[in-house]
Amino acid sequence: MDLSSISPTLLIASLMVAATPILLAALGEMVVEKAGVLNLGVEGMMIMGAISGFIAGVETGSPWLGFFVAAIGGAAMALLFGVLTQVLLSNQVATGLALTLFGLGLSSLFGQGYVGIKANSLKRLDMGFLSDLPFFGRVVFGHDPIVYLSLLLVFAVWAFLKFTRAGLVLRAVGESHDAAHALGYHVRRVRMMAIAFGGACAGLGGAYLSLVRVPQWTEGMTAGAGWIALAIVVFASWRAGRVLIGAYLFGGIVVLQLNLQTAGAKVPVELLSAAPYLVTIIVLVLISGRAGRGGDTPADLGKPFHAST
Amino acid sequence: MTTLLELSGLTKAYPGVVANSDVSFSIARGGVHALLGENGAGKSTLVKTIYGLVKPDSGSMRLNGKPYTPSEPRDARAAGVAMVFQHFSLFEALSVAENVALGMETPPPMRDLSRRIREVSEAYGLPLDPTRRVGDLSAGERQRVEIVRCLLQDPSLLIMDEPTSVLTPQEVGILFATLRKLALEGTSILYISHKLEEIRALCDAATILRGGKVVGEANPRKASAAELAEQMVGTKLTPPKARAGAVGEIILQVSRLSMPPASQFGTPLKNVSLAVRAGEVLGIGGVAGNGQDELLSALSGERRTSRETVLLEGTDVSRMPPSARRAAGLLTAPEERLGHAAAPDMSLTENAVLTGTARMGLLRNGFLSWSRARSFAKDIIAQFDVRTPGPGVAARSLSGGNLQKFVIGREVLQGPRVLVVNQPTWGVDASAAAAIRQALLDLAAEGAGIVVISQDLDELLEISDRFAALNGGALGEAVPTSSLTMEQIGLMLGGAHDLEEAHV
Repeated sequence: MDLSSISPTLLIASLMVAATPILLAALGEMVVEKAGVLNLGVEGMMIMGAISGFIAGVETGSPWLGFFVAAIGGAAMALLFGVLTQVLLSNQVATGLALTLFGLGLSSLFGQGYVGIKANSLKRLDMGFLSDLPFFGRVVFGHDPIVYLSLLLVFAVWAFLKFTRAGLVLRAVGESHDAAHALGYHVRRVRMMAIAFGGACAGLGGAYLSLVRVPQWTEGMTAGAGWIALAIVVFASWRAGRVLIGAYLFGGIVVLQLNLQTAGAKVPVELLSAAPYLVTIIVLVLISGRAGRGGDTPADLGKPFHAST
Repeated sequence: MTTLLELSGLTKAYPGVVANSDVSFSIARGGVHALLGENGAGKSTLVKTIYGLVKPDSGSMRLNGKPYTPSEPRDARAAGVAMVFQHFSLFEALSVAENVALGMETPPPMRDLSRRIREVSEAYGLPLDPTRRVGDLSAGERQRVEIVRCLLQDPSLLIMDEPTSVLTPQEVGILFATLRKLALEGTSILYISHKLEEIRALCDAATILRGGKVVGEANPRKASAAELAEQMVGTKLTPPKARAGAVGEIILQVSRLSMPPASQFGTPLKNVSLAVRAGEVLGIGGVAGNGQDELLSALSGERRTSRETVLLEGTDVSRMPPSARRAAGLLTAPEERLGHAAAPDMSLTENAVLTGTARMGLLRNGFLSWSRARSFAKDIIAQFDVRTPGPGVAARSLSGGNLQKFVIGREVLQGPRVLVVNQPTWGVDASAAAAIRQALLDLAAEGAGIVVISQDLDELLEISDRFAALNGGALGEAVPTSSLTMEQIGLMLGGAHDLEEAHV
């Protein structure tokens, strides 16, 4: 095997691209779970974002409009979940699973006429001489705007939850909806907004797959990314910074194992393909074992809220 | 004194029950007004109306002479009404300062807020560290957080819903000093309780509710506790008859029992030892969250402990699951009626089966005998005066008192050797509570050993022979009840922690 064919610069640059869809989806889901809602429909919202963004991108020729429509599409799916679970009080786990199945089916229906077409992709930002620097030019200054947007979003979500009053109310609602209600906060309204935000983020993540990373439409193209995003939220103990680490770890191993495959590593291809999932799960188990007792879980996660008085 | 809040003709009906019916009274400025009534008398609905959580069907309120119609708690807080809740409205994973901020309309920046929390809490003798997580605080400290949160808003009316149920007698004394200081400064206090002595010590006016209606006004400084109780309950109460059974051999022996907590904010049990004799009632007191639930689960077998820690009549049952312990004669009744002692959506018959299978012979060739189960459930209903249409109704549909009678009766009728109960009369009306206490005493008279875990000290003094205090997961020495005073009990429960009297 020829390891010298793997370039560290390209490896890091492409792991960021590989991780961005998962990072966006996981960040949105983290906010949803912080508000006490468990939405297992991330996969369904991502794929709906992927197809609606792709259609909008192809029809208008503008990838930016594609991303915008993808966010709307993801949020619409999420609000469907929100109405079912928050207003009609359906079971969150079952509804989330149904949302995933529904999204996968609906997206392949919408995508019938779009297989094999190529959409306009986003250009990498050109930052003048910065982008020409060796190594850093490509790794730090050579990405498309959505990568920077996702990193900005990590910071924004962290600051929102930690420093703003709205963020405090959101955490309070996820911690004890009864107490929040008794203090006069609108539990359902807060949760609906969080759910919509989570959907929009998942939609953006999906569109990043169909408009930038691949960039094409194929049925079921999210291929479990939504589930990985869900797992990353847990192993990140609901912290934005750790979500970033988790997503980049997963993305990094995906890219690395692809590189190893092309370099002809003497490891069965099946094992290499499974490596990102295995490593992410092992890290998940190790970290949650160390944290112990699951102290960071929002206390009212997944519990239905009904104002009895 | 002028009137601060005037209620006239407040009525609120829920499907099937009128919670408040034509309630009228007024609260004086700077007065401490008691709202007295049993569970289910409509006190909670009434204060929720004042706090804007419930909209009345009819009637009106006037605050400072102006119409007052809060549509949500925000409006009530803006009008100067603050409330300390019975079940705390706190967020365990958040810090003290964050909890306080959530209860304010326009909180100052965190740094200023932390400083003000320190100032106010020290001025009223309720020291608090704003950076600590609420989940790590004791019940008394949590209540301080609630009170400080209210005080920071300079309320003109402070509503306290059953504030002393989680406090030691010493902490109660300090709380009262704080409340009196507030009243002197002109804050009105609406004090909700069913503890008559407290009301007589603190309040200068009282309104008594029964069945959602105002049944009387009284001056608690002049009326006797017996008069107030009669108005509140509607009938005369008979205290339980003392029994005359002899105390026998030790039947339950717990030695050096230690157990880690089950949840993050739980309490570990530390080296707990106790002995119960046949025919004896051992009372275990303690402020909520000091290991009561953990002790019950270690005795019931829900959690297993090291060998030789729990001995029933000399046999080691420490590693036995609950069903084996039941068969051996160690029965338990946990605190939470719905969801722990009984399955809410299952019928009374099914609930009777859940714990009675082994001892009542409800199995025939491995199959349940539903006819025997039904007659067992009917026995419980008849002997314990459970008011219900029949054994087929869901446990959820029973009132708290009736379900508690059923849950206790289910264990008592199985003829246990040892019965462990946690909070047997919590949230139960006075007549049902008296019946339950009598049943426990009768069971002891028949030669069973009884362990009563309770936060109601009056109850423990009334029925137990010996008293031990649970404090931070450690159990103190058991002392004969007859020699104890409230003062001593308070010190056994951990005294007043780091509290000090308000600087009046």
